[in-house]
Amino acid sequence: MSTVILLAVTGLALGALYFLIAAGISLAFGLMHVLNFAHGAFLTIGAYAGYLVASGGGDVGTGRFVLMLAAGTLAGALAAVVTELLLIRPLYGNTHAQLLVTVGLSLALVALIEELAGSDARGYHSPGWANATTEIAGSAIRGSRFLAIGVAVLVLAALVVFLRRTRYGLIIRAGVENRSMVTALGIDVRRAFTLVFALGGAAAGLGGVIAGSYFGQVEPRVGTGLFIYALIVIVIGGLGSLTGTAVAAVLVGLLQQFLNYYAAGVGDLSVLALLALVLLARPAGLFRSTAS
Amino acid sequence: MTEYALETRGLGLRIGAAVILDDVSLTARRGELVAVIGPNGAGKTSLFNLITGVHRPTGGSVLLGGRDVTAMAVHRRGRLGLGRTFQTSSVFPALPVLENARLAAKAHLGGVLNVLKPAGSDARATAVARDCLERVGLAARADTAAGALSHGEKRKLELALVLAQDPSVILLDEPMAGMSAEDVPELTELIGSLRGTGGERTVLLIEHHMNVVLGLADRVAVMHHGTLLALDTPEKVMADATVQSAYLGEPL
Repeated sequence: MSTVILLAVTGLALGALYFLIAAGISLAFGLMHVLNFAHGAFLTIGAYAGYLVASGGGDVGTGRFVLMLAAGTLAGALAAVVTELLLIRPLYGNTHAQLLVTVGLSLALVALIEELAGSDARGYHSPGWANATTEIAGSAIRGSRFLAIGVAVLVLAALVVFLRRTRYGLIIRAGVENRSMVTALGIDVRRAFTLVFALGGAAAGLGGVIAGSYFGQVEPRVGTGLFIYALIVIVIGGLGSLTGTAVAAVLVGLLQQFLNYYAAGVGDLSVLALLALVLLARPAGLFRSTAS
Repeated sequence: MTEYALETRGLGLRIGAAVILDDVSLTARRGELVAVIGPNGAGKTSLFNLITGVHRPTGGSVLLGGRDVTAMAVHRRGRLGLGRTFQTSSVFPALPVLENARLAAKAHLGGVLNVLKPAGSDARATAVARDCLERVGLAARADTAAGALSHGEKRKLELALVLAQDPSVILLDEPMAGMSAEDVPELTELIGSLRGTGGERTVLLIEHHMNVVLGLADRVAVMHHGTLLALDTPEKVMADATVQSAYLGEPL
């Protein structure tokens, strides 16, 4: 029983990390059909931004950790906005070029971070409570797991409120369904898209600090490694569907954890099997492609 | 010189070696309803895409109310009073009917990209939206998801969206497509009423139903192989020998 709970919570926390990356990719694709391969690198940038703010060694206080979260969020959003304005925007109408330029950017950003911070993993700073364990039904669970789950739930809730209650949200939901008509009505969808990109980058940057505390370390490929799973998550969930992304993230995280434990390392492979299964049975993903 | 509500001057579109549109000069006066007819592939929808800015012409210009908008972005033309519907569908299926119309009204009233204002707060946009739904006979369906509407109702909602935008020029791309025969008269009347009581709006209509075209249009534009073959009153166009041989085949 204790193992099951441990695996479940860890799986959920891993799913939370996937969601923090995948949400932004999914919304950007849903609205503008831009598949941003550099999105994983935004997470890495966020993680290192948090690392810089932590400065000193060892554990950090909660106040300092909040600063780290803010720095990661801000850095992720900034990286996303700069990318959108300088690389994505000039290439509208050419989805292949957009795809290629983000692949190139992703490679370049990883190389840049390796150059600046070294390619070795560095220990990540977390407050004491994130590393401390809590006993639940006999299993000892680290605080960072609950942190990841809590943050992902908050981000999901915030995005849902944003999409449902604000004017931008209305435009984005409408734009995901029929971008041509929104534009014909006289609305500049691209301005809403810059915001979507910024929000996605912010979630990924925040996810970087969360990932740092989850893994206890940071390395230049952390985001790009998670990105692959995030990509699988959004395909399973249905591109452009926020709810679908959340459900698929949980599904993939849990599946990976449980199978890696009970079936000695086939967890990663099973994710690909699940992807193949979903593509065969429901090619559009588990959920319809709307920003719902 | 007369100022037309809409004018194209020598409009051309080439994609590689293919000539999609060639030297199309078309005018529409304020309050006029011009039907655009022609076989499939004649360039009717391409003409609409050039007028609205979805594609940029490789030659010629587009004037809206006498103003050259050839280089203007799609959304800016929309704000300037150019409304359109698409051949496929122009509604947002997941959004309620009222929310569909409200989005269009907000786009027109401005402030739609204001992050701080909540979506439901604009009473004026809501009033405009409800009024437009009333005019197309969808008031009772306000809370239904647009995707759950019947085909005919969706076509009406498209017209409500265009109305909510309060445009001076409306382009309708086959609004009757897929309609059952008994729905055609009602929609025909609705399209005619888009011009407004004082004839303040100009309508360009791509349509295959000849009875609709002949009943509604002040003038008919005949397109063939990317060129404008004729632009005249329905009676004269029907009598035109060139039009008959090129498009209609047999005299009507």
